[in-house]
Amino acid sequence: MTNTPANPAIKGSLLMPDLRTMARNRAEARFRAYGLAAVLVSMTLLAVLLISIFANGASAFRQTYVTIPVELTEAKLDKSGTRDLAVMKKVTTLGYAKVIAASLEAALKDKGIPVEGLSAKDIAAILSEEAPASVRDRVLADPTLIGQTLEFRLLVGSRVDGYFKGRVTKEEAAKDNKVKPEQLALADALTAAGMMKTSFNWAFITAPDASEKRPEAAGLGVAVIGSAYMMLVVLFLSLPIGVSAAVYLEEFAAKNRFTDIIEVNISNLAAVPSIVFGILGLAVFINFTGLPQSAPIVGGLVLTLMTLPRIIIPARAALKAVPPSIRDAALGVGASKMQSVLHHVLPLAAPGILTGMIIGLAQALGETAPLLLIGMVAFVRDYPGLPLEGLFDPATALPVQIYSWTQRADPAFVERASGAIIVLLAFLLVMNAVAIILRRRFERRW
Amino acid sequence: MTLPALLALLTVVSMAGFFAGRARAIAAAGGDARRLHSLPNFHGWSAALSLFVPALAAVALWHYFAPESEVSAAKLVSVLGLGIAGALAMVLTTGQDTRARNRIEALLKAVLILCSLIAIATTLGIVLSMLFQTGNFFSQYDWTRFFFGTTWKPDFRGNSDLGFLPLLWGTLYVSTIALLVAVPIGLFAAIYMSEYASPRMRGIAKPMIEMLAGIPTIVYGLFALVTVGPLLRDWVASPLGLGESGSSVMTAGLVMGVMIIPFVSSLSDDIINAVPQSLRDGSLAIGATRSETIRQVVIPAALPGIVGAILLATSRAIGETMIVVLGAGAAAKLSLNPFEAMTTMTVKIVSQLTGDTDFTAPETLVAFALGLTLFVLTLALNIIALIIVRKYREQYE
Repeated sequence: MTNTPANPAIKGSLLMPDLRTMARNRAEARFRAYGLAAVLVSMTLLAVLLISIFANGASAFRQTYVTIPVELTEAKLDKSGTRDLAVMKKVTTLGYAKVIAASLEAALKDKGIPVEGLSAKDIAAILSEEAPASVRDRVLADPTLIGQTLEFRLLVGSRVDGYFKGRVTKEEAAKDNKVKPEQLALADALTAAGMMKTSFNWAFITAPDASEKRPEAAGLGVAVIGSAYMMLVVLFLSLPIGVSAAVYLEEFAAKNRFTDIIEVNISNLAAVPSIVFGILGLAVFINFTGLPQSAPIVGGLVLTLMTLPRIIIPARAALKAVPPSIRDAALGVGASKMQSVLHHVLPLAAPGILTGMIIGLAQALGETAPLLLIGMVAFVRDYPGLPLEGLFDPATALPVQIYSWTQRADPAFVERASGAIIVLLAFLLVMNAVAIILRRRFERRW
Repeated sequence: MTLPALLALLTVVSMAGFFAGRARAIAAAGGDARRLHSLPNFHGWSAALSLFVPALAAVALWHYFAPESEVSAAKLVSVLGLGIAGALAMVLTTGQDTRARNRIEALLKAVLILCSLIAIATTLGIVLSMLFQTGNFFSQYDWTRFFFGTTWKPDFRGNSDLGFLPLLWGTLYVSTIALLVAVPIGLFAAIYMSEYASPRMRGIAKPMIEMLAGIPTIVYGLFALVTVGPLLRDWVASPLGLGESGSSVMTAGLVMGVMIIPFVSSLSDDIINAVPQSLRDGSLAIGATRSETIRQVVIPAALPGIVGAILLATSRAIGETMIVVLGAGAAAKLSLNPFEAMTTMTVKIVSQLTGDTDFTAPETLVAFALGLTLFVLTLALNIIALIIVRKYREQYE
C-alpha cells in the first residue's frame, strides 16, 4: 500500500510532496542553478581572458641570442686608423653587418657546422637587423676595441626566435619567404654547438621600441618611463585637488543648489567616456595652450581630469565614515571647524582616501583611448629626460605601446603586445594589492 | 638669475616672513601666547602668505606678458619689494586681537572651493571645446547631411560623405550584443550572490567578478583581436558562410559584454541588498519558495534600480573605445550580419583625430561633432540612470 493519493489535486500527506510542490521545487533548483552558472561563467571568462593573454605573452620574456667571437677588423671599421669618432661614424650598420657576417661564417667553419644549401646572405639573415647596430654602438662608445676579437651576444631574427618558442615550424617556414627551413636547421645546429641560447629578455622591459622589421628588438623602456611620468603628474595634481574638493563638499558645503550642481557634475564626469577627455585634451592643452604632442605632461593632465571624480567619490565616502563624535569632541575643546577637519577627521580618513587614490591611479595607468588622441601613438625611440624638462619630451605609455604593436603586421608583435600586457597587469596587481593591504591594516570600524 | 632661482629665493624670504610674523605676534601679547586670539603660527602663516602671494602674482603676470628666462635686477627688486611691503604691512598691524586664524582659514576655504570647482570647469571645457569645433564643422557641412546621411566616406581631398547613421548603427549593434551578454549573466550573478551564496563564496566570487572591471580595456581589445575574433571566424562565421572577417560586431559585442558584466552585477547586487528583509520574510511566510520570492517580490521592488544599472552599463558600452577599435573593424556599414566588420562613433573619433590632422578640414572636425553627440548621449543615459537610482534609494531609506 502506498500513501500517494491517486489524484494529485487531493491533498496528501505533508511528508510526501505533491506534484505541484515538486514542480515548484524543481523550478527553485533550476533558478538557483542559473545563478550559480552565471557566477561560474563570469569567473571562467576571467580565467580564459588571463590564460589566453599569458599563453600568448609569456614568451616575450625570453629571447634567443647567438654568442660568437666577432673580429672588429680595422680595415673595415676605421680605415683611417685614427680612431676619430667623426670619421668612424661614417661606417653605417651595413659596414658592421659585413664584419659580423664574416665572423659568423668563420665561427661556423671553426665548429665544423655544415651550411649546405644556404648562401652567405642567408646565413647572415638569421641574425637580427638590430645586431649590427648594437655592435656599432659598443664600438663607438669605446674605439679602442677595434682590431680585437671579442665575444658578442647578438640578437637573432624574429622568425628564428619564433622557431625556438614554437611559433614558427619548419613546415611553415617552407611557405614563408622571410625564412628558409635550412636556416632553422642551422639554428638547431648552432644550439647543439652551444652558441645559440634562449635566455631571459631584460631588453624587453628596458629597451626602446623598434621598427616594424625588427620585432625581436622592441622593448617597453620608453613606454614604462612615459607611464611613470604620467602617474607622477596625476599623483601630484589629483591628490591635493581631489582631497580638497572632497573635504569642501563633505565638511563645509551648505546643502544648496550650487553644491548640488557640483555633486551632479562630479558623478557625471565619472561616467563620461574616456575618449571625450582625449578630445578635451587635444582641444584645450594642445591646440589652445600649445603644449607639445606626445608629451607625458599632457597625458598626465588629461588623466588627472579623468581621475579626479574617481578620487573625489571614495574620498568623500572615507570622510563620511568618520563618526561625528570626533568632530564634536574637537569643536568642544575649542578647535575651529578647519582645525577639527585638518587635525582629526582628515588623518582618520587618510587610509580610505589613499586606497581610493591608488585605485584611481591604477585605472589611469590602464587608460588608452584619450592618449591616442594627444599623439602618444608616435614612434619614439629616445628616452625622455629627467623631470621636469623630461615631462615635455615625447614619450609613449604602456597601454598605447600595446595598441601600436597590435597595429603592426608581423605576428611577432602579438607576442610583444601580450607580453606588455603582462607587465601592465603586474603593475596593476601591485597597486591593487597595496590598496587592499592599506585597507586591511588601517581600516577602522567605528 | 633664473626663474626657478627667483622662486626659491621667494620661498626663503617668505620663511623669514613667517618667523617675523610669529615673533611680532608673541611680542604683541607680551610674550604670553595664551593671550593671543590666534595661535602664533597663524600669524606666521599670515605674514608669509602676504609676502609670497602678491610676489608670486607679480612674477606670473610678468612672465605672461613679457616672458624672459633671465630675471633682471629691476624685476627682482620690484617683485621682492612688493612682497616685503605686503608682509611688513601685515606684521606691523599685528596685535593681540588680530584675527589671523580667521584670515588663514578663509583663504584655505577659498582654495577648497576652487578645487571643487574644477569639476565644473572640466565639464565646461568639454562642452565648450566641442561646441566650438562642432560649430566650425556645421558651417562647412550641412547638419542634415550629417545626421541623416547613410554613407560614411571621408576623403581628405574634399567632397566626403560624412553620414552619421552607419556609425550610430554600428554603435547600437555592438552595444546591444554586449547587453544581451552582460545583462542576463550580471543579473543572475547578482541574484545568486545576494540571495543564495554563502558569505565565503561571496567573498571569493564578488572580487573576482569585479576584477573584470579593473582590467584595462586594451587587454580586452587584444583578447578580441587575437583570440575571440579568429575563433568566431574559423568556427562560426566561416562554416555558416556569414563572412571571413576576424573583426566583427559579434567579436566586439561579446568581449564588451564580458567587460560590462561587473557594471551590471555590482550595482544590481547593491540594489537587491537594499530591498528590505521584511518583504522577503513576508513572501516566504506565506509559502513562496525562494525563487518565487525573488522573481515576484524582490526583483519588482528592485526593478527601477536594476534599470538604472543597465542604463549605466549601456552608457559604458556606447562610450567604449579600445575594444571596438581592435575588435569591430573600421568599415562603416549598415548591415544586419553580426559577423561583418562594422564601425562605431568612438572608432571614427580615433581614426579622424590621429595622424596628420588639419583642424580646418571637415574630415577632422567631424570628430568633434561625433564627440559631442557621444557626450550628450551618454550624459542623458547617466542622468536618467542617476535620477532613477537616487529616487529608488530614497524610497527604502
